[in-house]
Amino acid sequence: MLKTFRIGGIHPDENKLSAGKCIETAAIPEQVAIMLSQHIGAPAQAIVAKGDHVKVGTLIAKAGGFVSANIHSPVSGTVTKIDSIIDTSGYSKPAIFIQVEGDEWEENIERNDCLKTECNLSPKEIIQKISECGIVGMGGATFPTHVKLSPPPGMAATILIINAAECEPYLTSDHQLILEKGEEILIGTKILMKAIQVNKAVIGIENNKQDAIELLTRLTIKYPGIEVCPLKMKYPQGGEKQLIDAIIRRQVPSGNLPIATGTVVQNIGTAFAVYEAVQKNKPLFERIVTVTGKSLNSPSNFKVRIGTPIGQLIQAAGGMPEDTGKIISGGPMMGKAVTNTDIPVTKGCSGVLLIRKNEAIRKEMSNCIRCAKCVFVCPMGLEPNLLMNLASHALWDKAESNHIMDCIECGSCSYTCPAYRPLLDYIRLGKGKVGNIIRSRAVKK
Amino acid sequence: MNLILIAILSLGAIGAISAIILYLVAQKFKIYEDPRNALVTEVLPGANCGGCGYPGCQGFADACVKSESLEGMMCPVGGTVVMSKVASILGKEVASTAPMIATVRCNGNCTNRVHTNIYNGAASCAIVSTLYAGETGCSFGCLGCGDCVNACQFDAIHINPEASLPEVDEEKCTACGACVKACPKMIIELRKKGPKSRRIFVSCVNKDKGSIARKACTAACIGCGKCEKTCPFGAITVENNLAYIDDNKCRLCRKCVEVCPTGAILSLNFPPKKSDTASLVAEDSNA
Repeated sequence: MLKTFRIGGIHPDENKLSAGKCIETAAIPEQVAIMLSQHIGAPAQAIVAKGDHVKVGTLIAKAGGFVSANIHSPVSGTVTKIDSIIDTSGYSKPAIFIQVEGDEWEENIERNDCLKTECNLSPKEIIQKISECGIVGMGGATFPTHVKLSPPPGMAATILIINAAECEPYLTSDHQLILEKGEEILIGTKILMKAIQVNKAVIGIENNKQDAIELLTRLTIKYPGIEVCPLKMKYPQGGEKQLIDAIIRRQVPSGNLPIATGTVVQNIGTAFAVYEAVQKNKPLFERIVTVTGKSLNSPSNFKVRIGTPIGQLIQAAGGMPEDTGKIISGGPMMGKAVTNTDIPVTKGCSGVLLIRKNEAIRKEMSNCIRCAKCVFVCPMGLEPNLLMNLASHALWDKAESNHIMDCIECGSCSYTCPAYRPLLDYIRLGKGKVGNIIRSRAVKK
Repeated sequence: MNLILIAILSLGAIGAISAIILYLVAQKFKIYEDPRNALVTEVLPGANCGGCGYPGCQGFADACVKSESLEGMMCPVGGTVVMSKVASILGKEVASTAPMIATVRCNGNCTNRVHTNIYNGAASCAIVSTLYAGETGCSFGCLGCGDCVNACQFDAIHINPEASLPEVDEEKCTACGACVKACPKMIIELRKKGPKSRRIFVSCVNKDKGSIARKACTAACIGCGKCEKTCPFGAITVENNLAYIDDNKCRLCRKCVEVCPTGAILSLNFPPKKSDTASLVAEDSNA
């Protein structure tokens, strides 16, 4: 019996069209736009000015606080301006624009492919290195990794969980990364274990990636302490709290962080980025992006420099199909529809998905038939129908007492609703309002 | 017979004792209510819209009775008429305020502001604004889902289907401010209604740079400052690439309307244009 989380969950069609496609290196664009806010927390502060020359890996923006991350130039060239660009939200956000000239790297970055297994740094030095290299959670939430690796006082980690579930349909970037960089990921995992001083790590991986499971199981013989745990296919297995429940059978209490269960969860992409940062001195300035869609000519996995416009990736994957109805940054369940193709790739962009016109339109909503399907599938054990009603009537205090803030916005409720009710839309609105109320209450105290 | 008598007597006694207890309790916990409260509540419109800032009409009446003077107390629905009635009941002075009206400061209709994408999620501006910038290139403009329409208790604001922008019914609008609170983009503003409902305002809230704003909407304020220079009364200020007309200083001369290159400044309810602008200024300053 395969492990999985205990409450709720759905299984949408997988549509992993780009599975097994080797990672191609995407062409470096003529101009890149580097968003100053690519992570959760305070935006980074630009430390370059117009006309400055930068190399690949040059620090161009410093972390704007503890919960923030450094940003490095993904290209070599000249800074043309610091201006705003429309991001996935449709709003203009500040970004650094760099005109590309050649491909000159900072000297201290090791560009060879040879494996470096030994790491003699102390935990503190490792975290320092990760912080300097601007590593953030690569699964999409983009939480700065050095913050996650520094548990609050009085709490200690006992186990590291590496998230390779990749439960989102369509996306294959993590899968392909394991197949091509399995050994590096395991070394990265070892480094992370050292950083949080635990001697056990579990890689949670869904059962639809048999080749990756076999490869990792074979490789882990050389790396004692790391264990591979195949999981039953179920969305949202890649959610932090769901993965903890699936693997160590413990639930994160409402309102707490995973560290409350003695767990630190890191994405597999983060483990690879940590390997590159610590062993090769390479800051986070490129990532794997899946470009996929049912009508796309050649769905692919690309290694992309941050700041590349997504339009260029779509071109590289065969061009925009005629019948495209929606472009999504991320996966189909939690990704965000974007409004133009100039939007640059950020640290958290795991995929670009083109949805066909006939699948892009929502069906008309009708009345709730009280079937309770949303309640059954909610992985957090909430009542989405109730929360939607409370949010639509602006009953924020009741929404709060019904734990609206525990919602992880996985969208299982909206996906499953036979009346096509926009459950998550209203819950997200409620989360925003209740979050504000809670924050202002904290300020008053 | 005896049994009936006992029953009547005992029940009667219990009733009498209870009545005495109830009377004493009522005396003990008596709350004095100013009789004027009821009178004031009666003259108020009873819409309980909250436009005055108090919880309903009764709350406002209570506040009126308790406060020293009626300064700053205003029922936006009833206006000066109702407030003078309240003042006569309470024997206080009422400061007459100019009537206000909700003004929609966005002129991005379907021709001015081209749609760049289609939204077909939940029909609520609040939800759209948490999700993204909206269906057009302008991230400041009206989202057109009608949260203001739902908020209005007086049926005074409606979405014009052709322009997909809200329109305020001047007869019905009471300036309670419910739509102002409901609009997540803060487009609607309470402005002075002006003589004969004549008013001038910048119908745009876009703070983007001129070129970006213009690209998204042909009727956007580009912050060029021509109006600021033209205004003889110093009523116009340009801040963050956006002009704003102070309705306390504006004398309705309409010079700014003429110079605005994008037509972002709207003038409402003025008679058809006369060629001689000088006479118009004279007429308006008389009004």
